[in-house]
Amino acid sequence: MKVTIDGQSIEVEPGTTILQAARMIGGEVVPPAMCYYSKLKGSGGKCRCCLVEVAKGSEADPRPMPKLMASCVTGCMDGMEVNSKSSPRVTEARKSVTEFLLINHPLDCPVCDQAGECDLQNLSFEHGKSETRFIEEKRTFEPENIGPNIQLHMNRCILCYRCVMVADQLTDDRVHGVMDRGDHSNISTCISKAVDNEFSGNMIDVCPVGALTDKTFRFKSRVWFSKPYNAHRNCPTCSGKTTVWMFGDEIQRVTGRKDEYHEVDEFICNGCRFDHKDIADWTIEGPRAFEKDSVINQNKYNRKLEKVEIATEEHILLGREEDRKKISMAEIPLTEEDIINQKSLGNNG
Amino acid sequence: MSQKILLDKINIPGIKTYEVYRQNGGYASVEKAIKTLTPDEVVEEVKTSGLRGRGGAGFPAGMKWSFIDKKSGKPRHLVCNADESEPGTFKDRYLMEFIPHLLIEGMITSSYALGANLSYIYIRGEYMWVYKILEKAINEAKAAGFLGKNILGSGYDLELYVHCGAGAYICGEETALIESLEGKRGNPRIKPPFPAISGLWANPTVVNNVETIAAVPWIINNTGAEYAKIGIGRSTGTKLISASGHIKNPGVYEIELGLSVYEFMNSDEYLGGMSSDRPLKAFVPGGSSVPVLPAHLIYKTANGEDRLMSYESLSDGGFATGSMLGSGGFIVYNDTSCIVRNTWNFSRFYHHESCGQCSPCREGTGWMEKVLHRIENGHGREEDIDLLLSIQSKIEGNTICPLGDAAAWPVAAAIRHFREEFEYHIRFPEKIKNRDHFVAEPFEKVKHLVSKVIV
Repeated sequence: MKVTIDGQSIEVEPGTTILQAARMIGGEVVPPAMCYYSKLKGSGGKCRCCLVEVAKGSEADPRPMPKLMASCVTGCMDGMEVNSKSSPRVTEARKSVTEFLLINHPLDCPVCDQAGECDLQNLSFEHGKSETRFIEEKRTFEPENIGPNIQLHMNRCILCYRCVMVADQLTDDRVHGVMDRGDHSNISTCISKAVDNEFSGNMIDVCPVGALTDKTFRFKSRVWFSKPYNAHRNCPTCSGKTTVWMFGDEIQRVTGRKDEYHEVDEFICNGCRFDHKDIADWTIEGPRAFEKDSVINQNKYNRKLEKVEIATEEHILLGREEDRKKISMAEIPLTEEDIINQKSLGNNG
Repeated sequence: MSQKILLDKINIPGIKTYEVYRQNGGYASVEKAIKTLTPDEVVEEVKTSGLRGRGGAGFPAGMKWSFIDKKSGKPRHLVCNADESEPGTFKDRYLMEFIPHLLIEGMITSSYALGANLSYIYIRGEYMWVYKILEKAINEAKAAGFLGKNILGSGYDLELYVHCGAGAYICGEETALIESLEGKRGNPRIKPPFPAISGLWANPTVVNNVETIAAVPWIINNTGAEYAKIGIGRSTGTKLISASGHIKNPGVYEIELGLSVYEFMNSDEYLGGMSSDRPLKAFVPGGSSVPVLPAHLIYKTANGEDRLMSYESLSDGGFATGSMLGSGGFIVYNDTSCIVRNTWNFSRFYHHESCGQCSPCREGTGWMEKVLHRIENGHGREEDIDLLLSIQSKIEGNTICPLGDAAAWPVAAAIRHFREEFEYHIRFPEKIKNRDHFVAEPFEKVKHLVSKVIV
């Protein structure tokens, strides 16, 4: 089957979705995806970030589709023509979805552990605006403790349902899910149980935002200060192939190995993730390649630092000599004369 | 007096019970269908009748039935959508409460046509007393041999269950209904696959509204061609209209499609005109989801033709000057009602009822509700009107299910036709603070204030 996305054609197997075809082409045409996760069955279709315009349905039925389609759940047809980034309707729709996702987001990136590897940051970098039209109070949730390893920040959640699917498809007993509905739907353990499962840590890896973060890494470091290395160990429960995030000789954090779409290659167990932070536990394979534009790449210490100069008139920050005299404190200790002067000032005033 | 199809026996005392219903020609369609017709002939009959889905979208029922996947060999299901929760619509409740056997009869005939051996009526949780009425009717029908194994000695088996929802508007969307029926969270599914291919428990399923199914017995008894003669153009048959608002006789009416809106509003047989001498200001023809129309577009369409109660005529002019027949929730407003408050009320409903699955609807409905609440309470800003239009256009068409559209349309229509009222709320907050603004002085009297340009 032949599919054309933004003018680039590719042959795909029947049953491929538009998003998968776009990822095969790669580059600019790949729609952003916040909820779709290729390793999780039934994911996708919810965030509406990956909307594309189908300009030609198929060879057999060339009519365009009237609505924008979610590319992650729409199958390719032979001869289909899709406009992704090239369509103004699509860029507009992505901008709107970004705006919708951000209006109730706390925007606490400066204190968020996900910052630097957050899909929502990437999305808003590309499609967001710097100002907001939302002047209402943001929606907030009561904090909930879901166990010793995973930190839940419900306010940051975008309800992609990925963590629910991980628990469904990877573990035996799912104890958390989506409660309530509408803009108050939230991820919660039903009766405040702790999420306690050997593979529950993968919820952190699949979370596109900072709603689920690693408690053992909490506030330890910014993502871009540590360097990722591929590492492995002999693990009885999982493959043991992970990424360790190191600062000097210290392993600060262990995650799965993520590909360019931030999807893990293999899910890892909690033992590897939370309990093995000693360098002796791991065989380090070597540093990981990271994206050219990622924030991790911004922190190269081998680059020569440039001196920043602000173009102003000389001494403008110092001010005029007479002004400085006026606002300067009197010299201390005060002379006797000064004390008398001040007292008389106080009495008169 | 126009022809009654659904409600012709409604006034017979005791029609709720099996005996009286049977004596008055009830269950004749089941006998006729099972004994003399093949399932495909029943489907063909419904196709000829031109019966359209009465739940709101108006999709031809016969066409929907013919899409069902019969080749796969999987068991098929018929599900009756009795999750009627649209503000302004209460026709299905009336039908089920007062003539429950009509729905049961329709379910048996329709299930036979689809070859379904297990069918469900999904009723909303708030209709608990109706649920009990239906359960009783099913038991009576079962005792009389119209349900269960080997119906009328034909070898056709059918089990019919009533399932109670838990009070979510979204479960009226067919795929969310199926999810809920399966015992899951009522989130709409992503289509395709459509329920006709993979519905309830991944089996081919047809979901139909109560009124659609209740029309089937008459079609089988009197042939589809006879049904197609009633009505006008592609809007065949009769429609139940639940009328409410500032009218003399609110209630449920059965009308022949094609009746003029003027006659429906003003004849004593139907609504009998306005409830007081205050003039008509606006109306919503099909439940809260459809666009509201101002007075000058109610009786006449934009190009001067009479507006009729039919799918085509009500949507004449698109959304610019038309609306939709929807589910038939006919809401009438006189000039004391505030369109802004009404829009906020509808918006609050959709905010409350959004399932929260896809982002535009989850975040957008709440945002619109908050902005409208601000305007309604005198804290609006001039740019809020354009902001609302912008939000609604971003929700519309970008969501998984039609709830996003349903939330967006009323807001857009209210601003399109009543923009000056929004401006009045924003510019004169002190005038609306007591919530009696249009009762004391109708908008027509203060309209001149808005038209002044304020610098």
